[in-house]
Amino acid sequence: MTQLAVDVRGLRKQYGEVTAVDGLDLGIRHGEVFGILGPNGAGKSTTVEILQGHRGRDGGEVSVLGADPASAGRAWRSRVGIVWQDESAPAELTVRETVHHFARYYPNPRDPEQVIALVGLEKKASARIKGLSGGQRRRLDVALGVIGGPELLLLDEPTTGFDPAARRQFWELIRLLAREGTTIVLTTHYLEEAEALADRLAVIAGGKVVAEGEPAALRQSLGTGATVEWTEVDGSPRTLRTETPTRTVAELMHRFDGEIPGLRIGRPTLEDVYLRLTGQLDPQGEEAR
Amino acid sequence: MTTTTDTLVSSRAGAPRLPGTWSLGLRRGALEIKQFVRRRDQVIFTFAFPVVFLALFASIFSGQVENAGITASQLYAAGMIAAGIMSVSFQSLGISIAIERDEKVLRRLRGTPMPPAAYFLGKVWLVLATGIAETAVLLLFGATLFDLDLPTTATKWLEFSWIFVLGITGCALLGIAISSLPKSGKSASSVVVLPFLVLQFISGVYIPVGTLPDWLLDISAFFPLKWMCQGFRGVFLPQSAAVLEQAGDWEFGRIALVLGAWCIGGLVLCLLTFRWKSRRDG
Repeated sequence: MTQLAVDVRGLRKQYGEVTAVDGLDLGIRHGEVFGILGPNGAGKSTTVEILQGHRGRDGGEVSVLGADPASAGRAWRSRVGIVWQDESAPAELTVRETVHHFARYYPNPRDPEQVIALVGLEKKASARIKGLSGGQRRRLDVALGVIGGPELLLLDEPTTGFDPAARRQFWELIRLLAREGTTIVLTTHYLEEAEALADRLAVIAGGKVVAEGEPAALRQSLGTGATVEWTEVDGSPRTLRTETPTRTVAELMHRFDGEIPGLRIGRPTLEDVYLRLTGQLDPQGEEAR
Repeated sequence: MTTTTDTLVSSRAGAPRLPGTWSLGLRRGALEIKQFVRRRDQVIFTFAFPVVFLALFASIFSGQVENAGITASQLYAAGMIAAGIMSVSFQSLGISIAIERDEKVLRRLRGTPMPPAAYFLGKVWLVLATGIAETAVLLLFGATLFDLDLPTTATKWLEFSWIFVLGITGCALLGIAISSLPKSGKSASSVVVLPFLVLQFISGVYIPVGTLPDWLLDISAFFPLKWMCQGFRGVFLPQSAAVLEQAGDWEFGRIALVLGAWCIGGLVLCLLTFRWKSRRDG
Protein backbone atom coordinates (compact mmCIF):
# COMPACT_ATOMS: atom_id res chain seq x y z
CA MET A 1 0.00 0.00 0.00
CA THR A 2 2.48 2.56 1.17
CA GLN A 3 5.55 3.40 -0.90
CA LEU A 4 7.34 4.92 2.06
CA ALA A 5 9.69 3.06 4.39
CA VAL A 6 8.24 4.99 7.31
CA ASP A 7 4.84 6.65 7.11
CA VAL A 8 3.59 8.46 10.19
CA ARG A 9 0.38 10.51 10.25
CA GLY A 10 -0.96 12.49 13.17
CA LEU A 11 1.03 10.58 15.78
CA ARG A 12 0.11 11.39 19.39
CA LYS A 13 1.55 10.22 22.69
CA GLN A 14 0.69 11.39 26.20
CA TYR A 15 2.57 10.71 29.42
CA GLY A 16 0.00 11.56 32.04
CA GLU A 17 -0.60 15.28 31.62
CA VAL A 18 2.38 15.82 29.35
CA THR A 19 1.94 15.58 25.60
CA ALA A 20 5.23 14.24 24.26
CA VAL A 21 4.16 13.82 20.64
CA ASP A 22 1.43 16.07 19.37
CA GLY A 23 0.19 15.30 15.88
CA LEU A 24 3.47 14.41 14.23
CA ASP A 25 3.79 13.53 10.53
CA LEU A 26 6.78 11.87 8.90
CA GLY A 27 7.39 10.39 5.47
CA ILE A 28 10.69 8.59 5.04
CA ARG A 29 11.60 7.09 1.68
CA HIS A 30 13.35 3.81 1.06
CA GLY A 31 17.12 4.15 0.93
CA GLU A 32 17.45 7.61 2.39
CA VAL A 33 19.24 8.78 5.51
CA PHE A 34 16.70 10.71 7.50
CA GLY A 35 17.64 12.86 10.45
CA ILE A 36 15.28 13.74 13.28
CA LEU A 37 16.60 16.82 14.94
CA GLY A 38 15.38 18.52 18.06
CA PRO A 39 16.25 19.60 21.57
CA ASN A 40 15.98 17.28 24.56
CA GLY A 41 12.38 16.59 25.42
CA ALA A 42 11.09 17.47 21.94
CA GLY A 43 9.67 13.97 21.46
CA LYS A 44 12.45 12.45 19.33
CA SER A 45 13.08 9.38 21.43
CA THR A 46 9.40 8.73 22.02
CA THR A 47 8.80 8.88 18.28
CA VAL A 48 11.66 6.50 17.52
CA GLU A 49 10.51 4.10 20.24
CA ILE A 50 7.07 4.03 18.68
CA LEU A 51 8.67 3.29 15.29
CA GLN A 52 10.62 0.44 16.94
CA GLY A 53 7.44 -1.05 18.32
CA HIS A 54 8.60 -0.57 21.92
CA ARG A 55 6.11 2.04 22.90
CA GLY A 56 2.40 2.30 22.34
CA ARG A 57 0.72 5.39 20.95
CA ASP A 58 -2.42 7.27 21.83
CA GLY A 59 -3.36 8.32 18.31
CA GLY A 60 -2.36 8.48 14.69
CA GLU A 61 -1.27 6.00 12.06
CA VAL A 62 2.18 4.44 11.85
CA SER A 63 3.50 2.21 9.12
CA VAL A 64 7.09 0.97 9.19
CA LEU A 65 8.17 -1.23 6.26
CA GLY A 66 4.49 -1.69 5.52
CA ALA A 67 3.47 -2.90 8.97
CA ASP A 68 2.21 -1.37 12.19
CA PRO A 69 5.11 -1.69 14.68
CA ALA A 70 2.65 -2.13 17.56
CA SER A 71 1.49 -5.47 16.19
CA ALA A 72 4.33 -6.58 13.91
CA GLY A 73 5.87 -10.00 14.45
CA ARG A 74 9.23 -11.76 14.28
CA ALA A 75 9.59 -11.49 10.50
CA TRP A 76 9.21 -7.72 10.73
CA ARG A 77 11.71 -7.48 13.59
CA SER A 78 14.28 -9.31 11.47
CA ARG A 79 14.08 -6.48 8.89
CA VAL A 80 14.51 -3.63 11.38
CA GLY A 81 17.79 -2.91 13.16
CA ILE A 82 17.82 -0.88 16.36
CA VAL A 83 20.58 1.04 18.08
CA TRP A 84 19.27 2.32 21.41
CA GLN A 85 20.22 5.44 23.23
CA ASP A 86 21.36 3.62 26.36
CA GLU A 87 22.72 0.18 25.94
CA SER A 88 23.74 -2.84 27.83
CA ALA A 89 25.32 -5.99 26.51
CA PRO A 90 26.23 -9.13 28.45
CA ALA A 91 29.38 -8.09 30.31
CA GLU A 92 30.86 -11.55 30.71
CA LEU A 93 30.82 -12.43 27.02
CA THR A 94 33.36 -11.44 24.40
CA VAL A 95 32.56 -9.21 21.45
CA ARG A 96 32.90 -12.17 19.09
CA GLU A 97 30.63 -14.46 21.13
CA THR A 98 27.96 -11.79 21.39
CA VAL A 99 27.93 -10.83 17.71
CA HIS A 100 27.94 -14.47 16.60
CA HIS A 101 25.13 -15.27 19.03
CA PHE A 102 22.91 -12.39 17.90
CA ALA A 103 23.47 -13.43 14.27
CA ARG A 104 21.64 -16.66 15.12
CA TYR A 105 18.40 -14.80 15.79
CA TYR A 106 18.07 -13.69 12.18
CA PRO A 107 17.00 -15.60 9.10
CA ASN A 108 19.62 -13.99 6.90
CA PRO A 109 22.35 -12.39 8.99
CA ARG A 110 25.53 -10.70 7.85
CA ASP A 111 28.83 -12.43 8.41
CA PRO A 112 29.67 -11.73 12.08
CA GLU A 113 33.40 -11.37 11.47
CA GLN A 114 32.77 -8.82 8.72
CA VAL A 115 30.43 -6.88 10.97
CA ILE A 116 33.03 -6.82 13.74
CA ALA A 117 35.54 -5.45 11.23
CA LEU A 118 32.95 -3.02 9.88
CA VAL A 119 32.58 -1.33 13.27
CA GLY A 120 36.33 -1.46 13.84
CA LEU A 121 36.39 -3.91 16.73
CA GLU A 122 38.65 -6.58 15.15
CA LYS A 123 41.34 -5.99 17.75
CA LYS A 124 38.81 -6.26 20.57
CA ALA A 125 36.96 -9.28 19.20
CA SER A 126 38.23 -11.59 21.93
CA ALA A 127 37.86 -9.07 24.76
CA ARG A 128 35.10 -9.35 27.35
CA ILE A 129 32.48 -6.63 26.92
CA LYS A 130 32.97 -5.37 30.48
CA GLY A 131 36.50 -4.30 29.49
CA LEU A 132 35.43 -2.12 26.55
CA SER A 133 35.48 1.66 26.58
CA GLY A 134 32.27 3.64 26.12
CA GLY A 135 32.97 4.29 22.45
CA GLN A 136 33.81 0.64 21.83
CA ARG A 137 30.56 -0.45 23.46
CA ARG A 138 28.66 1.93 21.24
CA ARG A 139 30.30 0.36 18.20
CA LEU A 140 29.27 -3.04 19.49
CA ASP A 141 25.72 -1.69 19.78
CA VAL A 142 25.87 -0.70 16.13
CA ALA A 143 27.26 -4.14 15.25
CA LEU A 144 24.29 -5.78 16.98
CA GLY A 145 21.95 -3.32 15.26
CA VAL A 146 23.16 -4.26 11.76
CA ILE A 147 24.01 -7.96 12.27
CA GLY A 148 20.62 -9.03 10.92
CA GLY A 149 21.18 -7.14 7.67
CA PRO A 150 18.25 -4.77 8.29
CA GLU A 151 16.42 -2.90 5.55
CA LEU A 152 15.76 -0.14 8.05
CA LEU A 153 18.12 0.97 10.79
CA LEU A 154 16.79 3.13 13.63
CA LEU A 155 19.45 4.94 15.65
CA ASP A 156 18.60 7.01 18.69
CA GLU A 157 21.32 9.59 19.44
CA PRO A 158 24.02 7.20 18.26
CA THR A 159 27.06 9.42 18.82
CA THR A 160 26.27 11.00 22.17
CA GLY A 161 29.43 10.82 24.24
CA PHE A 162 31.76 10.25 21.29
CA ASP A 163 34.96 12.17 20.83
CA PRO A 164 35.23 14.01 17.48
CA ALA A 165 37.42 11.34 15.84
CA ALA A 166 35.09 8.51 16.88
CA ARG A 167 32.14 10.54 15.60
CA ARG A 168 33.70 10.94 12.15
CA GLN A 169 34.47 7.22 12.04
CA PHE A 170 30.89 6.51 12.94
CA TRP A 171 29.65 8.78 10.19
CA GLU A 172 31.71 6.81 7.68
CA LEU A 173 30.03 3.67 8.91
CA ILE A 174 26.57 5.16 8.45
CA ARG A 175 27.47 6.35 4.93
CA LEU A 176 28.72 2.88 4.12
CA LEU A 177 25.45 1.32 5.22
CA ALA A 178 23.50 3.95 3.32
CA ARG A 179 25.45 3.24 0.11
CA GLU A 180 24.40 -0.35 0.47
CA GLY A 181 20.78 0.70 0.39
CA THR A 182 19.86 0.54 4.06
CA THR A 183 17.24 3.10 5.02
CA ILE A 184 18.57 4.95 8.05
CA VAL A 185 16.65 7.03 10.55
CA LEU A 186 18.68 8.74 13.21
CA THR A 187 17.85 11.20 15.94
CA THR A 188 20.46 13.64 17.03
CA HIS A 189 20.84 16.98 18.66
CA TYR A 190 24.09 17.62 16.86
CA LEU A 191 23.46 19.86 13.86
CA GLU A 192 26.71 19.09 12.14
CA GLU A 193 25.81 15.42 12.37
CA ALA A 194 22.43 15.96 10.74
CA GLU A 195 24.01 18.14 8.07
CA ALA A 196 26.83 15.65 7.41
CA LEU A 197 24.68 12.54 7.18
CA ALA A 198 21.06 13.26 6.42
CA ASP A 199 19.60 13.41 2.93
CA ARG A 200 16.58 15.00 4.53
CA LEU A 201 15.75 16.01 8.04
CA ALA A 202 12.84 16.96 10.19
CA VAL A 203 13.15 19.44 13.02
CA ILE A 204 10.93 18.52 15.93
CA ALA A 205 9.84 20.83 18.71
CA GLY A 206 7.01 20.43 21.15
CA GLY A 207 6.09 17.04 19.70
CA LYS A 208 5.50 18.42 16.20
CA VAL A 209 7.53 18.66 13.01
CA VAL A 210 8.31 22.37 12.65
CA ALA A 211 10.38 22.06 9.48
CA GLU A 212 11.29 19.33 7.03
CA GLY A 213 13.51 19.07 3.97
CA GLU A 214 17.07 18.81 2.72
CA PRO A 215 19.54 20.48 5.06
CA ALA A 216 20.69 23.03 2.47
CA ALA A 217 17.15 23.86 1.42
CA LEU A 218 16.08 24.29 5.02
CA ARG A 219 18.87 26.73 5.59
CA GLN A 220 17.98 28.68 2.49
CA SER A 221 14.25 28.84 2.92
CA LEU A 222 14.26 29.64 6.59
CA GLY A 223 17.59 31.31 7.00
CA THR A 224 16.80 34.60 5.32
CA GLY A 225 18.21 37.80 6.60
CA ALA A 226 21.48 38.36 8.37
CA THR A 227 22.96 39.09 11.73
CA VAL A 228 24.81 42.36 12.26
CA GLU A 229 27.12 42.61 15.27
CA TRP A 230 29.00 45.64 16.51
CA THR A 231 30.27 47.27 19.69
CA GLU A 232 28.52 50.32 21.18
CA VAL A 233 30.38 53.44 22.30
CA ASP A 234 30.11 52.28 25.91
CA GLY A 235 31.84 49.00 24.95
CA SER A 236 28.76 46.75 25.11
CA PRO A 237 28.32 44.28 22.26
CA ARG A 238 25.15 44.45 20.17
CA THR A 239 23.55 41.92 17.85
CA LEU A 240 20.72 42.64 15.44
CA ARG A 241 18.91 40.26 13.12
CA THR A 242 17.66 42.02 10.05
CA GLU A 243 16.32 41.45 6.55
CA THR A 244 18.17 44.55 5.38
CA PRO A 245 21.75 44.39 6.63
CA THR A 246 23.03 46.98 4.20
CA ARG A 247 20.64 49.61 5.53
CA THR A 248 21.61 48.74 9.10
CA VAL A 249 25.27 49.21 8.26
CA ALA A 250 24.54 52.49 6.53
CA GLU A 251 22.76 53.76 9.61
CA LEU A 252 25.60 52.62 11.83
CA MET A 253 28.15 54.36 9.61
CA HIS A 254 26.16 57.51 9.99
CA ARG A 255 26.03 57.17 13.79
CA PHE A 256 29.67 56.23 14.29
CA ASP A 257 30.90 58.60 11.59
CA GLY A 258 33.48 56.25 10.11
CA GLU A 259 34.69 52.86 11.29
CA ILE A 260 32.12 50.76 13.17
CA PRO A 261 33.84 49.03 16.09
CA GLY A 262 33.64 45.18 16.08
CA LEU A 263 31.49 45.05 12.95
CA ARG A 264 30.52 41.61 11.74
CA ILE A 265 27.82 40.56 9.33
CA GLY A 266 26.80 36.92 9.41
CA ARG A 267 24.44 34.93 7.23
CA PRO A 268 22.48 32.44 9.36
CA THR A 269 23.88 28.97 9.80
CA LEU A 270 21.77 25.86 10.09
CA GLU A 271 22.25 26.24 13.80
CA ASP A 272 20.60 29.66 13.80
CA VAL A 273 17.71 28.24 11.80
CA TYR A 274 17.43 25.35 14.19
CA LEU A 275 17.52 27.46 17.33
CA ARG A 276 14.88 29.78 15.93
CA LEU A 277 12.66 26.87 14.83
CA THR A 278 12.83 25.17 18.17
CA GLY A 279 12.07 28.36 20.02
CA GLN A 280 15.44 28.59 21.68
CA LEU A 281 16.23 31.90 20.04
CA ASP A 282 14.04 34.98 20.25
CA PRO A 283 13.35 37.06 17.12
CA GLN A 284 15.98 39.62 18.06
CA GLY A 285 18.63 37.01 17.56
CA GLU A 286 19.52 36.85 21.22
CA GLU A 287 19.79 33.48 22.79
CA ALA A 288 16.88 32.86 25.09
CA ARG A 289 17.83 32.58 28.71
CA MET B 1 37.29 0.71 10.35
CA THR B 2 36.94 -1.15 7.08
CA THR B 3 35.92 0.99 4.18
CA THR B 4 35.68 -1.49 1.34
CA THR B 5 32.13 -1.95 0.24
CA ASP B 6 32.50 -5.38 -1.29
CA THR B 7 33.00 -7.03 2.08
CA LEU B 8 29.69 -5.63 3.21
CA VAL B 9 27.35 -7.12 0.71
CA SER B 10 25.39 -9.75 2.53
CA SER B 11 23.62 -12.50 0.71
CA ARG B 12 20.01 -11.54 0.97
CA ALA B 13 18.85 -14.06 -1.58
CA GLY B 14 16.62 -16.96 -0.76
CA ALA B 15 13.42 -17.13 1.24
CA PRO B 16 14.22 -16.02 4.78
CA ARG B 17 13.33 -18.65 7.31
CA LEU B 18 13.24 -17.66 10.95
CA PRO B 19 15.37 -19.82 13.23
CA GLY B 20 13.48 -22.32 15.37
CA THR B 21 12.54 -21.59 18.96
CA TRP B 22 13.91 -24.86 20.32
CA SER B 23 17.38 -24.50 18.80
CA LEU B 24 17.58 -20.84 19.85
CA GLY B 25 16.57 -21.91 23.34
CA LEU B 26 19.47 -24.36 23.40
CA ARG B 27 21.85 -21.64 22.23
CA ARG B 28 20.56 -19.24 24.85
CA GLY B 29 20.97 -21.94 27.48
CA ALA B 30 24.60 -22.45 26.49
CA LEU B 31 25.14 -18.69 26.62
CA GLU B 32 23.47 -18.37 30.04
CA ILE B 33 25.60 -21.17 31.46
CA LYS B 34 28.73 -19.62 29.95
CA GLN B 35 27.95 -16.28 31.59
CA PHE B 36 27.16 -17.95 34.92
CA VAL B 37 30.41 -19.91 34.96
CA ARG B 38 32.43 -16.79 34.15
CA ARG B 39 31.16 -14.94 37.22
CA ARG B 40 33.44 -16.91 39.46
CA ASP B 41 32.42 -15.32 42.76
CA GLN B 42 28.78 -16.04 41.99
CA VAL B 43 29.62 -19.68 41.22
CA ILE B 44 31.53 -20.13 44.45
CA PHE B 45 28.85 -18.56 46.63
CA THR B 46 25.96 -20.30 44.90
CA PHE B 47 27.46 -23.71 45.55
CA ALA B 48 29.11 -22.97 48.89
CA PHE B 49 26.05 -21.42 50.56
CA PRO B 50 23.96 -24.55 51.20
CA VAL B 51 27.07 -26.63 51.92
CA VAL B 52 28.27 -24.19 54.56
CA PHE B 53 24.81 -24.05 56.13
CA LEU B 54 24.54 -27.82 56.08
CA ALA B 55 27.92 -28.08 57.81
CA LEU B 56 26.92 -25.46 60.39
CA PHE B 57 23.53 -26.90 61.31
CA ALA B 58 24.65 -30.50 61.19
CA SER B 59 27.58 -29.70 63.48
CA ILE B 60 25.52 -27.67 65.96
CA PHE B 61 22.65 -30.18 66.16
CA SER B 62 24.52 -33.44 65.80
CA GLY B 63 22.56 -35.72 68.09
CA GLN B 64 20.02 -38.46 67.47
CA VAL B 65 16.37 -37.55 66.96
CA GLU B 66 14.23 -39.30 69.57
CA ASN B 67 12.09 -42.29 68.48
CA ALA B 68 12.89 -41.71 64.82
CA GLY B 69 16.09 -43.67 64.31
CA ILE B 70 17.85 -40.82 62.52
CA THR B 71 20.37 -38.08 63.27
CA ALA B 72 19.58 -34.38 63.05
CA SER B 73 22.16 -33.97 60.29
CA GLN B 74 20.14 -36.34 58.10
CA LEU B 75 17.15 -34.00 58.49
CA TYR B 76 19.26 -30.99 57.57
CA ALA B 77 20.81 -32.68 54.54
CA ALA B 78 17.34 -33.33 53.07
CA GLY B 79 16.17 -29.77 53.82
CA MET B 80 19.33 -28.19 52.44
CA ILE B 81 18.97 -30.03 49.13
CA ALA B 82 15.50 -28.52 48.78
CA ALA B 83 16.77 -25.05 49.75
CA GLY B 84 19.67 -25.38 47.31
CA ILE B 85 17.27 -26.15 44.48
CA MET B 86 15.14 -23.16 45.41
CA SER B 87 18.17 -20.89 45.55
CA VAL B 88 19.35 -21.71 42.00
CA SER B 89 15.82 -21.39 40.63
CA PHE B 90 13.69 -18.94 42.61
CA GLN B 91 16.40 -16.72 44.04
CA SER B 92 18.81 -16.63 41.12
CA LEU B 93 16.11 -16.09 38.47
CA GLY B 94 14.24 -13.54 40.60
CA ILE B 95 17.36 -11.43 40.97
CA SER B 96 19.00 -11.93 37.57
CA ILE B 97 15.89 -11.24 35.49
CA ALA B 98 15.16 -8.09 37.52
CA ILE B 99 18.70 -6.90 36.78
CA GLU B 100 18.47 -7.83 33.10
CA ARG B 101 15.22 -5.92 32.85
CA ASP B 102 16.66 -2.89 34.59
CA GLU B 103 19.82 -2.91 32.49
CA LYS B 104 17.69 -3.21 29.32
CA VAL B 105 19.08 -6.56 28.30
CA LEU B 106 15.49 -7.73 27.92
CA ARG B 107 14.54 -4.73 25.84
CA ARG B 108 17.41 -5.39 23.47
CA LEU B 109 16.35 -9.01 23.04
CA ARG B 110 12.80 -7.84 22.40
CA GLY B 111 14.15 -5.71 19.54
CA THR B 112 15.45 -8.80 17.75
CA PRO B 113 13.40 -11.54 16.10
CA MET B 114 14.30 -13.90 18.95
CA PRO B 115 11.08 -15.59 20.10
CA PRO B 116 10.36 -14.81 23.78
CA ALA B 117 10.01 -18.53 24.51
CA ALA B 118 13.69 -19.02 23.59
CA TYR B 119 14.69 -16.66 26.39
CA PHE B 120 12.72 -18.70 28.93
CA LEU B 121 14.04 -21.98 27.54
CA GLY B 122 17.55 -20.62 28.03
CA LYS B 123 16.72 -19.87 31.67
CA VAL B 124 15.31 -23.40 32.05
CA TRP B 125 18.60 -24.91 30.87
CA LEU B 126 20.59 -22.66 33.19
CA VAL B 127 18.43 -23.56 36.18
CA LEU B 128 18.52 -27.28 35.36
CA ALA B 129 22.31 -27.30 34.97
CA THR B 130 22.96 -25.34 38.16
CA GLY B 131 20.26 -27.28 40.04
CA ILE B 132 21.75 -30.64 39.12
CA ALA B 133 25.26 -29.45 39.99
CA GLU B 134 24.11 -27.97 43.29
CA THR B 135 22.23 -31.14 44.24
CA ALA B 136 25.18 -33.34 43.30
CA VAL B 137 27.50 -31.29 45.51
CA LEU B 138 25.07 -31.53 48.44
CA LEU B 139 24.51 -35.26 47.97
CA LEU B 140 28.25 -35.78 47.93
CA PHE B 141 28.84 -33.76 51.11
CA GLY B 142 25.76 -35.16 52.82
CA ALA B 143 26.66 -38.76 52.08
CA THR B 144 30.33 -38.50 52.97
CA LEU B 145 30.18 -36.23 56.03
CA PHE B 146 26.64 -36.04 57.40
CA ASP B 147 25.16 -39.54 57.55
CA LEU B 148 22.96 -39.04 54.48
CA ASP B 149 21.98 -42.47 53.11
CA LEU B 150 21.65 -42.43 49.34
CA PRO B 151 18.61 -44.41 48.16
CA THR B 152 19.31 -47.93 46.98
CA THR B 153 16.09 -48.67 45.11
CA ALA B 154 14.99 -47.41 41.73
CA THR B 155 11.62 -46.39 43.20
CA LYS B 156 13.26 -43.97 45.62
CA TRP B 157 15.41 -42.45 42.88
CA LEU B 158 12.29 -42.05 40.76
CA GLU B 159 10.57 -40.25 43.64
CA PHE B 160 13.65 -38.09 44.02
CA SER B 161 13.58 -37.25 40.31
CA TRP B 162 9.98 -36.14 40.09
CA ILE B 163 10.22 -34.05 43.25
CA PHE B 164 13.35 -32.45 41.80
CA VAL B 165 11.72 -31.70 38.44
CA LEU B 166 8.39 -30.44 39.78
CA GLY B 167 10.09 -28.50 42.59
CA ILE B 168 12.67 -26.77 40.42
CA THR B 169 10.06 -25.92 37.78
CA GLY B 170 7.62 -24.44 40.28
CA CYS B 171 10.36 -22.43 42.01
CA ALA B 172 11.77 -21.19 38.70
CA LEU B 173 8.34 -19.95 37.60
CA LEU B 174 7.86 -18.26 40.97
CA GLY B 175 11.27 -16.64 40.52
CA ILE B 176 10.34 -15.30 37.07
CA ALA B 177 7.12 -13.94 38.54
CA ILE B 178 8.78 -12.21 41.49
CA SER B 179 11.38 -10.62 39.20
CA SER B 180 8.67 -8.16 38.10
CA LEU B 181 8.24 -6.92 41.67
CA PRO B 182 11.51 -5.00 42.36
CA LYS B 183 11.48 -1.46 41.00
CA SER B 184 15.15 -1.63 40.04
CA GLY B 185 17.92 -4.14 39.62
CA LYS B 186 19.62 -2.77 42.71
CA SER B 187 16.71 -3.56 45.01
CA ALA B 188 16.17 -7.00 43.49
CA SER B 189 18.20 -9.03 45.95
CA SER B 190 16.46 -7.53 48.99
CA VAL B 191 13.02 -8.10 47.51
CA VAL B 192 13.79 -11.70 46.57
CA VAL B 193 15.90 -12.84 49.51
CA LEU B 194 13.50 -11.92 52.32
CA PRO B 195 10.59 -14.18 51.29
CA PHE B 196 13.08 -16.95 50.49
CA LEU B 197 14.67 -16.68 53.93
CA VAL B 198 11.29 -16.68 55.70
CA LEU B 199 10.19 -19.73 53.73
CA GLN B 200 13.38 -21.55 54.66
CA PHE B 201 12.65 -20.95 58.35
CA ILE B 202 9.02 -22.07 58.25
CA SER B 203 9.35 -24.92 55.73
CA GLY B 204 11.64 -27.18 57.72
CA VAL B 205 15.03 -26.27 56.25
CA TYR B 206 16.68 -24.66 59.29
CA ILE B 207 14.17 -25.73 61.93
CA PRO B 208 12.74 -29.25 62.01
CA VAL B 209 8.99 -29.30 61.25
CA GLY B 210 8.30 -31.05 64.56
CA THR B 211 9.31 -27.95 66.51
CA LEU B 212 7.42 -25.44 64.33
CA PRO B 213 3.94 -24.27 65.40
CA ASP B 214 1.15 -25.65 63.23
CA TRP B 215 -0.05 -22.26 62.04
CA LEU B 216 3.39 -21.50 60.57
CA LEU B 217 3.41 -24.86 58.82
CA ASP B 218 -0.05 -24.09 57.47
CA ILE B 219 1.39 -20.96 55.86
CA SER B 220 4.42 -22.72 54.42
CA ALA B 221 2.12 -25.42 53.06
CA PHE B 222 0.97 -22.91 50.44
CA PHE B 223 4.47 -22.78 48.93
CA PRO B 224 6.59 -25.41 47.22
CA LEU B 225 9.59 -25.42 49.59
CA LYS B 226 7.83 -27.22 52.47
CA TRP B 227 6.75 -30.02 50.17
CA MET B 228 10.16 -30.35 48.56
CA CYS B 229 11.77 -30.71 52.01
CA GLN B 230 9.16 -33.25 53.04
CA GLY B 231 9.58 -35.21 49.84
CA PHE B 232 13.34 -35.35 50.14
CA ARG B 233 13.01 -36.52 53.74
CA GLY B 234 10.75 -39.25 52.41
CA VAL B 235 13.42 -40.21 49.89
CA PHE B 236 16.48 -40.07 52.12
CA LEU B 237 15.22 -40.96 55.61
CA PRO B 238 14.06 -44.38 56.82
CA GLN B 239 10.32 -45.00 57.16
CA SER B 240 10.70 -44.80 60.98
CA ALA B 241 11.25 -41.03 60.68
CA ALA B 242 7.82 -40.40 59.16
CA VAL B 243 6.42 -40.01 62.68
CA LEU B 244 8.10 -36.59 62.82
CA GLU B 245 5.91 -35.26 60.02
CA GLN B 246 2.83 -33.15 60.70
CA ALA B 247 0.66 -35.84 59.13
CA GLY B 248 2.78 -38.73 60.38
CA ASP B 249 3.38 -39.70 56.78
CA TRP B 250 5.47 -38.54 53.78
CA GLU B 251 2.29 -37.71 51.81
CA PHE B 252 3.86 -38.20 48.33
CA GLY B 253 0.46 -37.80 46.69
CA ARG B 254 -0.13 -34.41 48.23
CA ILE B 255 3.45 -33.33 47.42
CA ALA B 256 2.85 -34.12 43.74
CA LEU B 257 -0.42 -32.23 43.86
CA VAL B 258 0.95 -29.03 45.44
CA LEU B 259 4.13 -28.93 43.35
CA GLY B 260 2.15 -29.67 40.19
CA ALA B 261 -0.30 -26.90 41.05
CA TRP B 262 2.63 -24.48 41.45
CA CYS B 263 3.98 -25.42 38.03
CA ILE B 264 0.63 -24.57 36.42
CA GLY B 265 -0.19 -21.62 38.65
CA GLY B 266 3.34 -20.24 38.33
CA LEU B 267 3.14 -20.41 34.56
CA VAL B 268 -0.14 -18.52 34.55
CA LEU B 269 1.31 -15.95 36.96
CA CYS B 270 4.34 -15.45 34.70
CA LEU B 271 2.23 -15.05 31.59
CA LEU B 272 0.07 -12.47 33.34
CA THR B 273 2.80 -10.42 35.00
CA PHE B 274 5.97 -10.68 32.90
CA ARG B 275 7.26 -7.35 31.59
CA TRP B 276 10.08 -6.72 29.12
CA LYS B 277 10.56 -3.16 30.27
CA SER B 278 11.16 -1.80 33.72
CA ARG B 279 8.36 0.24 35.28
CA ARG B 280 10.35 3.42 34.83
CA ASP B 281 10.30 2.84 31.07
CA GLY B 282 6.52 2.77 31.09
